[in-house]
Amino acid sequence: MPRTLFDKIWEQHRVTTLDTGEDLIAIDRVFLHERTGSVALKSIVGSGRKVRRPDRVFCTMDHVVSNAADRDRNSARAPGGDIFITATRAAARETGIHLIDVLDADQGIIHVISPELGIAQPGLTLVCPDSHTCSQGALGALATGIGSTDAEHAMVTGTLRIRKPPQMRITVSGKLAKSVTAKDLALHIIKTFGAAGAKRCMVEYAGPAIEALSIEERLTLCNMAVEFAAFSAVIAPDETTFDYLKGKRFAPDARWDAALSHWKTLYSDDDAGFDYDYEIDSADIRPTVTWGTSPAQAAGLEDVIPAGTDSNQRAMEYMGLKPGTVLNSIGIEGAFIGSCTNSRISDLRLAADILRNRKVADGVRAICVPGSTAVRRQAGEEGLDAIFKAAGFEWGTAGCALCFYAGGETFAPGTRVISSTNRNFEGRQGPGVRTHLASPAIVAASAVAGRICAPGELPDVA
Amino acid sequence: MSREPFIIHSGIAAPLILDNVDTDQIIPSREMKTVSKSGLGDGLFAGQRYIAGREPNPDFVLNRPDFRGATILLSGENFGCGSSREHAVWALGDCGFRAIIAESFGEIFYNNCVRNGILPVQLSQENIAGLHRMVTINLPEQTVNNIAFDICEGDKAMLVGGLDIIGLTLQNEADIDAFETRDAGRRPWA
Ligand code: SF4
Repeated sequence: MPRTLFDKIWEQHRVTTLDTGEDLIAIDRVFLHERTGSVALKSIVGSGRKVRRPDRVFCTMDHVVSNAADRDRNSARAPGGDIFITATRAAARETGIHLIDVLDADQGIIHVISPELGIAQPGLTLVCPDSHTCSQGALGALATGIGSTDAEHAMVTGTLRIRKPPQMRITVSGKLAKSVTAKDLALHIIKTFGAAGAKRCMVEYAGPAIEALSIEERLTLCNMAVEFAAFSAVIAPDETTFDYLKGKRFAPDARWDAALSHWKTLYSDDDAGFDYDYEIDSADIRPTVTWGTSPAQAAGLEDVIPAGTDSNQRAMEYMGLKPGTVLNSIGIEGAFIGSCTNSRISDLRLAADILRNRKVADGVRAICVPGSTAVRRQAGEEGLDAIFKAAGFEWGTAGCALCFYAGGETFAPGTRVISSTNRNFEGRQGPGVRTHLASPAIVAASAVAGRICAPGELPDVA
Repeated sequence: MSREPFIIHSGIAAPLILDNVDTDQIIPSREMKTVSKSGLGDGLFAGQRYIAGREPNPDFVLNRPDFRGATILLSGENFGCGSSREHAVWALGDCGFRAIIAESFGEIFYNNCVRNGILPVQLSQENIAGLHRMVTINLPEQTVNNIAFDICEGDKAMLVGGLDIIGLTLQNEADIDAFETRDAGRRPWA
């Protein structure tokens, strides 16, 4: 019987089917961060239980760590945040799991470093008490976000109890236009389907436009699957994936060939059935920015904000916008490049290309925080940091930073921020802060123009 | 580690009829001040529940006299979407909530509820609109007042029994051991 990629991974990990109708699924990797992982680890220790396979559990510090250049191992960006760091460090030591600590060369945002270090691999099951774990489906892993109790469950039992979700395939035909990035594709899909549109499905992205994406672009696309209520997203591994993983710190080494021949079996068979099967035409996708407080409230840069429903009305009130306003006429006071959506080296190169020999507009506070210490190092070697700083960007050390408000530093209430992140919820970046989600290219161009702006609209530099 | 079983519950139902109430709203990140599962109730809906100086916002539903002591929350589509923070459920539990009735739920939030003895009930918009102040939920019968609802057997058993999910799964330890041995032969790199 023809099977989907997801069917194959699911079957390979099914320990047993429980009489409740759930499957007991073996979990290959658990990833934790200091914000939610600390509770899970402490609770295991407190209950007298044990982590079954500590060698399969990884933990980093990204959410509340300071992003200052001179941070030390306990510096937090919010008052009281240091307790999460110290408690996580202590619990990680006690349980013997891998700890990638604040000042380590491999530190960074969990969904950035997991691929970077080869922890996420095709066909593995990987969970983390963090909703953007779906990013890592970009490598062909079954990767999903869970709660803290389920994280404890995965660490103690090596499994999770899950009802197998329905499946959806989204085929993207044709070829993305040059000005269209993976972020635009993600926003276009969420806007098309709605914030609850993936209906708890495992979403497989397929088609020529997906195959043409780099791993970093695939990570951006899969990152936002949770924003339209997907169980997770996955992309069949291919040569791009294998090339990317080769030589990574935790990738198979001596057993590379065996792993590779297994990975090559991980694709959806020709006649495999999906509960929902959709096609999107690349030709319909344009650079896209959100105007509301849900990632689905998005439109093309030259489009106007639609009138309509109650929730649109409420969103517009929060955002201080009116229906009929053209998106690229809206002035901004803040710009942020960072987060697990768009803070990898390709994102920084794209933004730096736009910022070279240009300056951030007066009255705009612009910040760039690389997604990992390795990305920051690489950017330094390529001289990108100098370009950002010369343009007037602040240049932080790796972590989640202004992707979410942790209680410390933020923009002032009411500030309108163009941001390369994944959530524009009310208060997400700080009380009253108004977030517009966009690609790093649009963030960079908008920072220069002082309004929402596509790179192509900027005057040439002399 | 077991929880209070959920059998029949009658209580005040507070309407927060909005779509996409995300976990950042249920408990803002800045309110997650402890490395522990308890003591989070004060931060529940903090963004809307308080006005300057942390005075209660009289307009917010949970501060209105007729909904004080509510144990059931009514909402719209995609309740609990967004961040996976289980703190959202711990905060609801800390404030005495036993059930959430909504049109649909964020996936992780739904599971988090079940793991913590809070019943998530999915009903149509019409049926939710028809519920007034006092509501009775019968989980074994799967009814809200007299309206039937669906829930998967596993989740129901967990809630009715007040079971600890980890302890439950550890009963399958022999299966897990056998799987790991088989798997180590099949996927030695993994
Ligand atoms: S960067 Fe933002 S979305 Fe990503 S893990 Fe950190 S807080 Fe979550």
